[in-house]
Amino acid sequence: MSADNTNAERRRTLVTGVIGSDTHIVGNRILGMALEKAGYTVVALGALTPSDEFIKAAVETAADAIMVSSLYGQGELDCRDFRNLCIEAGLEDILLYVGGNLVVGKQPWAEVEQRYRDMGFDRAFPPGTRTDAVIAALEDDFRAPATGGHKAGR
Amino acid sequence: MSAAALLIDLGSTYTKVRAVDLENPRILGAGQGPSTVATDVTVGLAKALADLERGMGGRREFTYRLASSSAAGGLRMVTVGLVRELTAAAARQAALGAGARLVGTFAYKLTAADVARIADLAPDIVLLAGGTDGGNEDVIVHNAASLAACSVTCPVVVAGNRQAADEAASRLDAGGSPVTVTENVMPEFGVLDIEPTRAAIRQIFIDRIVHAKGIDRAAEMLDRVLMPTPAAVLDGARLLADGCGGRPGLGSLLVVDVGGATTDVHSVAKGGPTRTEVVYRGLPEPYLKRTVEGDLGMRHNARSIVQAAGREALADDAGLAPERIEALARLASEDVGRLPRSGEERAFDKALARAAVRLAVKRHAGTLETVHTATGPVTVQYGKDLSAVETILGTGGALVHGPQPAAILETALADDADPFSLRPRTPRMVLDSDYILFACGLLAAVEPDAALTLGLAHMHPVADGPENGCSSAA
Repeated sequence: MSADNTNAERRRTLVTGVIGSDTHIVGNRILGMALEKAGYTVVALGALTPSDEFIKAAVETAADAIMVSSLYGQGELDCRDFRNLCIEAGLEDILLYVGGNLVVGKQPWAEVEQRYRDMGFDRAFPPGTRTDAVIAALEDDFRAPATGGHKAGR
Repeated sequence: MSAAALLIDLGSTYTKVRAVDLENPRILGAGQGPSTVATDVTVGLAKALADLERGMGGRREFTYRLASSSAAGGLRMVTVGLVRELTAAAARQAALGAGARLVGTFAYKLTAADVARIADLAPDIVLLAGGTDGGNEDVIVHNAASLAACSVTCPVVVAGNRQAADEAASRLDAGGSPVTVTENVMPEFGVLDIEPTRAAIRQIFIDRIVHAKGIDRAAEMLDRVLMPTPAAVLDGARLLADGCGGRPGLGSLLVVDVGGATTDVHSVAKGGPTRTEVVYRGLPEPYLKRTVEGDLGMRHNARSIVQAAGREALADDAGLAPERIEALARLASEDVGRLPRSGEERAFDKALARAAVRLAVKRHAGTLETVHTATGPVTVQYGKDLSAVETILGTGGALVHGPQPAAILETALADDADPFSLRPRTPRMVLDSDYILFACGLLAAVEPDAALTLGLAHMHPVADGPENGCSSAA
């Protein structure tokens, strides 16, 4: 548990899950374990999670970030309007990450990343990303919340 | 003379009493009178006791005199949560499990119109939830402040985010509402913890509501009013299912109570997936689950049963012309004390009860859905899988007094034409012919062993009489 996150009342909460009709849960579990070890409270929604469930869980738990996994190539369809749904639910400032096999076939990563940023994700992660990289990114974003990362409504 | 208990149901229409032998647990006598809670509860209760004494051939002493009540509108509650499918749903479950009649359910921040509506509803208790522990604090505090600022001064149970509970309570306190703070109905995402809330509601019922409704006028005729009647039925169902003190009960149980205004369904079952390849999704459901179908009642809501079931389907089931259905439904809803007077009315009542049971159990039970994924189809379960439930128990006038309870109760079963509804497949079916389930629940509070023996002794196998036997509504 890291020093910043030891106080139960100040622990940051992250919602994780695999979006859409996607059953690939292993990577998401490994990420969840790493995030817990780093001192975060993880609300794990598991596989086959519709986009609205991420958002409802984030509202109820006052989550600091939503971390969407997609491994089966249909992420572009599943994640459409994700930021808009968050705005609709009053979570306009919530930090949004997405990672996995985000598109069908081999496409230049810069383009893929840009596409997801256009959808309102603060960061997108390519296949093979280490959990350490995700945790480092979270720490950066929570320290300098220019791209989001505030608790909604605060 | 052996020790005996007097068990009283102060109902919405009738006050029913049961005298029970505690040494050899069985019914000694039964009595009934009108419910007179609106004027003077003692009048109807005295009549019911006189009726009991006539049947038993005299007065006798009772070790316990315990009552439940659904009179004066029942325990009227409003629930408020944050996300409709999460803490708001958990709050609904908790209130229903406490035997409440939900008159309003709200989610998210209460608007001025919501608050005005709540003031209009004038509930007996408000349950305020919202936020997991460490989760959202704003909404429950906002809602507490809104309630405090309006004319609502009924008791409020705060069962939300523990970080915000004290703040919410102090706002309510400032508004003049007696506040009870208890455990969060959803302490973590997806974890339901409704027992503490049930207990808090029950305590408020004993401490305040019994007095507020004037039931305590009967203080000399009974020892204690323990709980709302639906809670007694639920406690009775739990005892019958689980047994006690190492004695087994009936195992997993579904109770279907077809009444004049609503159809209640209680399940005592874990309800997890019965097949290993099935994935569970959504809020976990309580082991002890109660649902109330406000549109499925044999008299007050006869027309809405017709609407829900479909006029043609109901006519077909009753063997009547579709044109007759509306007239019969009107007759039933305009004369709520009506007993069927003709073959046509009996056929209509039976079809009505069959539709009410089928729809109420279908809504209570979980469902399966096939999701097509890149790796093939996956089966997802929502709600409780009741397919392995061992016993279905029928209660309520339409089932108990009707000539063909089996034909009605069988509509609770799984149907091959509707394979995604997780209703019981091959349960045994029994009937609460002696209206003893509430009494079991009350007695369980003081003598659970005797209550179990009593309940098991009075569950009768369901058997149908002839088509044209006598029948009555709930």
